[in-house]
Amino acid sequence: MTRDDDMPQATRRRFLIEAATLAGAVGIALPLAVKPASATPESMRAAIRKVVGEAPLNKGRVKIDVPPLIENGNAVPLTISCESPMTAGDYVKAIHVFSEKNPQPNIVGVQLGPRSGRAAVSTRIRLADSQKVIAIAQMSDGSFWSNEAEVIVTLAACLEGV
Amino acid sequence: MARALINAPAKAKRGDIIEIKTLISHNMETGFRPDNTGKAVPRDIITDFICKYNGQEIFRAELFPAIAANPFLTFYTVATESGTLSFEWTGDNGFTATESVDITVE
Amino acid sequence: MKPAAAVVFATAVLGATAIAAEIPLADRKSGYEYMGRETRAMQDDDTANPGMLWVLDGEALWNRKEGAAAKSCADCHGDARASMKGVAARYPAFSTERGRPVNLEQRINICRAEQQQSTPLPFESKELLALAAYVGRQSRGMPIEIADDERTKPFLQAGRELFTQRQGQLNLSCAQCHDDNWGQKLAGAVIPQGHPTGYPLYRLEWQALGSLQRRLRNCLFGMRAVSYPSGAPEYVDLELYLMWRARGMPIETPAVRP
Repeated sequence: MTRDDDMPQATRRRFLIEAATLAGAVGIALPLAVKPASATPESMRAAIRKVVGEAPLNKGRVKIDVPPLIENGNAVPLTISCESPMTAGDYVKAIHVFSEKNPQPNIVGVQLGPRSGRAAVSTRIRLADSQKVIAIAQMSDGSFWSNEAEVIVTLAACLEGV
Repeated sequence: MARALINAPAKAKRGDIIEIKTLISHNMETGFRPDNTGKAVPRDIITDFICKYNGQEIFRAELFPAIAANPFLTFYTVATESGTLSFEWTGDNGFTATESVDITVE
Repeated sequence: MKPAAAVVFATAVLGATAIAAEIPLADRKSGYEYMGRETRAMQDDDTANPGMLWVLDGEALWNRKEGAAAKSCADCHGDARASMKGVAARYPAFSTERGRPVNLEQRINICRAEQQQSTPLPFESKELLALAAYVGRQSRGMPIEIADDERTKPFLQAGRELFTQRQGQLNLSCAQCHDDNWGQKLAGAVIPQGHPTGYPLYRLEWQALGSLQRRLRNCLFGMRAVSYPSGAPEYVDLELYLMWRARGMPIETPAVRP
């Protein structure tokens, strides 16, 4: 039988590196030299301030569709939609999505207009851990509306080892 | 050249709201992932996406490392006239890709 | 574990391993059935399935002239939609050139060497995965049909033995999870039956398309067992047994899995 792996130390080290990568991906604190990059509720608030400025943030009008429990944080299906007639006088100008526990608070930002017809956008996002996702919509009248969703991220048991 | 996959109706009635789905091959390297030596792999992502309808911008997205590999985006537009929907992705390290589809509006 | 120790260990348990109960044909389930609604939707919609990006690349490669012979796959096989229909459902298949079963990727490389007079594509390379995905796509929905004849029997048997043999630091066999405990949970995830119906497939964990051998390597890693080099006969025997075990189940290539 041919086996390609005859260096137990290297294998062990690789396992630890993988474990560290995984820890990075799911946000487990392991005592390893991985860049301690993580958004915090504070940095998320700062990122939101950058979009909203001093305007008040109202609750509602935004709908977040995301599975409450997901199988892998690498590709989480997300749909954001807003109630709006999408006419020249009343439309959604922009939608911004934020994360609380990813390495960076920003996820995506889109710009829409009356020609969009429907204020809805779907994508697939990365979530490093179970956390809160916040979506903010900017309306043509300058008002901001928001909503949030909790997502629980589970992980498969047998992960990439090489 | 990156491979892109566009799904938009070839035909629509004037005034119809149509759905446009886009998928493009890209690793979306976050810049936060350590390599085998523990050093972070440099960020390499698509940062911007623009869709134009007969040359006029109708949708724009700014992407961050939190967008999954092989970015998938769907959005809507009102079918106004026959012509071309063009798509443009740009990103780190001079990444650029374009695609276009024709639409007939009756 | 040192290789010598691993061999002694494997030999010692091999003799003592009881044959695990095979799953009755009617009870077999694709991993698709254990997925959430959203992941299923990603597989079902070709315009949302990232695996289709590789299929499109594969189509371009199929028609591209290669090697000293300046021949494309299409020059011999014509339109893959007709000529490759059902082919992936029969692989691994016996190769008279090699005197043993070869998997689809190896078959593609045999064609490259002998017909196109070109160099083999590395295992897990984007090109080889793309061609395998394009060929595999042509069998979507068709039942897996592995030749169970005199020529393949010894290799099927070898694959079955690998499947039921305990190995690695956790002293586990494939069968203990995938024959005896499917449907149970391992950490937060359901243990699937392990039918290779959709390879090469897009795994969310990989964020890319990957081969069955890559998946098998992940399993071996999870068992803390040492893996084989890509293309090793042990992997092909195991692939052959797994495909036979999934006989009659429909091909899903390019599937999506978490």
